Amino acid sequence: MSGTTGSGTVRKSYRTLARWLESAPPDLLQSRSRQAELFFRRMGVTFAVYGDVESNERLIPFDVVPRIIGAAEWNELERGLKQRVSAINAFLKDIYGAQECIKAGIVPADLIFTNPHYRPEMQGRRPPGDIWTHISGVDLVRTGEDGFLVLEDNVRTPSGVSYMLENREMMMRLFPDLFAEHRIRPVETYTDMLLASLRASAPAHAGSDPKLVVLTPGPFNSAYYEHSFLADKLGVELVEGGDLFVNDDIVFMRTTEGPQRVDVIYRRIDDEFLDPLTFRPDSAVGIPGLMSAYMAGNVTLSNAVGTGVADDKAVYTYMPDIIRFFSGGDPILGNVPTWRCREPEALKEVLSKLDQLVVKEVGGSGGYGMLVGPASTKAEIEDFRAKLIADPDDFIAQPTLALSTAPTLDSGGGLSPRHVDLRPFVLSSPRGVQVAPGGLTRVALKPGSLVVNSSQGGGTKDTWVLDD
Amino acid sequence: MRIRIDHETRYGYARAARFIVQSLRLTPRSTEGQQVRDWRIETDVDTRLRRSEDAFGNIVHTLYTERPTDSLMVRVTGEVATVNTGGVLKGTPERLSPLVFLRSTPLTQADADMRAFAAEIGEGQPLDRLHRLMGAINESVAFMVGSTTVDHTAAEAFAQKQGVCQDHAQIFIACARRMGIPARYVSGHLHRSDGVINQDAAHAWAEGWVEDLGWIGFDPANGICPTEHYVRVATGLDALGSSPIRGTSYGGGRETMTVALRVRQMQQNQQQQQRQGWS
Repeated sequence: MSGTTGSGTVRKSYRTLARWLESAPPDLLQSRSRQAELFFRRMGVTFAVYGDVESNERLIPFDVVPRIIGAAEWNELERGLKQRVSAINAFLKDIYGAQECIKAGIVPADLIFTNPHYRPEMQGRRPPGDIWTHISGVDLVRTGEDGFLVLEDNVRTPSGVSYMLENREMMMRLFPDLFAEHRIRPVETYTDMLLASLRASAPAHAGSDPKLVVLTPGPFNSAYYEHSFLADKLGVELVEGGDLFVNDDIVFMRTTEGPQRVDVIYRRIDDEFLDPLTFRPDSAVGIPGLMSAYMAGNVTLSNAVGTGVADDKAVYTYMPDIIRFFSGGDPILGNVPTWRCREPEALKEVLSKLDQLVVKEVGGSGGYGMLVGPASTKAEIEDFRAKLIADPDDFIAQPTLALSTAPTLDSGGGLSPRHVDLRPFVLSSPRGVQVAPGGLTRVALKPGSLVVNSSQGGGTKDTWVLDD
Repeated sequence: MRIRIDHETRYGYARAARFIVQSLRLTPRSTEGQQVRDWRIETDVDTRLRRSEDAFGNIVHTLYTERPTDSLMVRVTGEVATVNTGGVLKGTPERLSPLVFLRSTPLTQADADMRAFAAEIGEGQPLDRLHRLMGAINESVAFMVGSTTVDHTAAEAFAQKQGVCQDHAQIFIACARRMGIPARYVSGHLHRSDGVINQDAAHAWAEGWVEDLGWIGFDPANGICPTEHYVRVATGLDALGSSPIRGTSYGGGRETMTVALRVRQMQQNQQQQQRQGWS
């Protein structure tokens, strides 16, 4: 099996699983895999894919072979994530406050102020408890034996946590005996942690029993399933913009017993659509006056407005310096080496070896608008070259990483190595920063493919963190 | 100059609106160039008004109606004493980096024609370039009431080479940003020297950022920098961001809006006139 170290021996964390598989009947994994698909279909866990005209919802493939991370390795990872997310929060507080990191020359001013995700409306504002990024999803890749690198920070409305929870539930159902043989740290506590974290971030007026809601753009959104799943697990209402209104700078929810005051909104709507009186006037999913209530300190929005300036791909390249500046120590988790195409020297180098690099649009996400050099045709590369030369500011480039692989059930029923990444979820509140022990492992199901995005045919796995 | 402003906006709704929320940027603030006196907001139905200040330094009132209504009148009245500062803006709280005003918005995107137009302005000191830009727009874009609507982008107005003050201001902003100079939109009022008091709409112009001088006003519709005839009310990235009123009605259906605006000069009182006469 794979899940091996460079020298070909099975990674320590996979030893129990390897032993168990040796004694299992040969078609066990395939039959469990079919069972899983059936369960997921019945539950309706789906994901809409943009640009897919045939069906607007489909199942994300689930791989029944768990991804296993040992305790020591996880502990280091957790320290790194806490450091990184704490620094991102301090960075946001600073950007919208004193701007010391700009004055100190850590981040160029124009990169921040001309960034479409920097929200001038937030300048000089402090969200309740000074928490900006209540929920962060940090995308990590392993590129060698010694730990992980951060590929991307997601601090706007990171999605995927429902897969972390559903995948665990499915695995416990399919492989109860495997759970008995491993000491696996629970991820099921995530929603309790989230609830406590959001409550602790409520405005002061709300007292000990703040009213929470989950705000969704509606059933046509690709992550609607997750929105309703989370509201259900949190035990709070799932609302759309039309279910809320603002009066006298206070947010209310319509109920059959009359309006009820809302204190914390876990919103899964982008900034631009939150309030048609402040942002896009054509937003039909927002709440008129919401920003007035927010500015008056009468409601917590999670995540805060304007956090996107911290997870922008161009700002990402400065993250190691940002962490040093705000935490006073060296980053525990490194960045993937990145060329900033806005710098002429870097651009020159990138253009000279486009066929070897991954080039990403600064504002793009979900694997759209990117070039994977080694997997592209000459024409595609030349096409991208023209785009790069026209707007170098819009792009960054990274080496094609030797992404680590994890053993994955292949189409022949055997195990093959497939490239994986990992998105752990990090919660911040005035009480501190917590990491759910696990995360969403995404796997590129095509042999050799490096693109794990579900919109590009990637699948998911359960992620086990061992407690040994 | 003492300028008296009476600015009334009437909304009519096809059906009775259960509830109306509006964001008002109708209240000017005092600067070194203008002293605001006795400013009032009145409405003809019961409303709650919450006052705040946005990050652009504008005074904002959020309006909430108390009961269903099929019409709403919002009226602001007041007096502003102005002096000529040669277009230089002083005494405003500036929370935002001027670099913020280099970003384009959907209304202020420069298309290929505008980029070519901006390139023709040439090099030089930023202040000179802004003056040349104002002159060029004033010459090439005709002022024509009714030729555009509030939703017209700078590029659309530029393509038809006519528009109203909003269009001139947005074309100026789009080009200035393209030239690497921060620029922003200003909504306000203009006292007309031709004696016309009743106006159809409020005025609009632009401000450009010049290092060492700060924000300087440019009125490309009239081809001049603001004088003591100008009252500055609100600023933003574009016309939408500095709209006098942005609102929503619940259940009101189709909405109509009419504006009645009177801008006139107050006669200085007897005593002042005498003092001036004797000095």
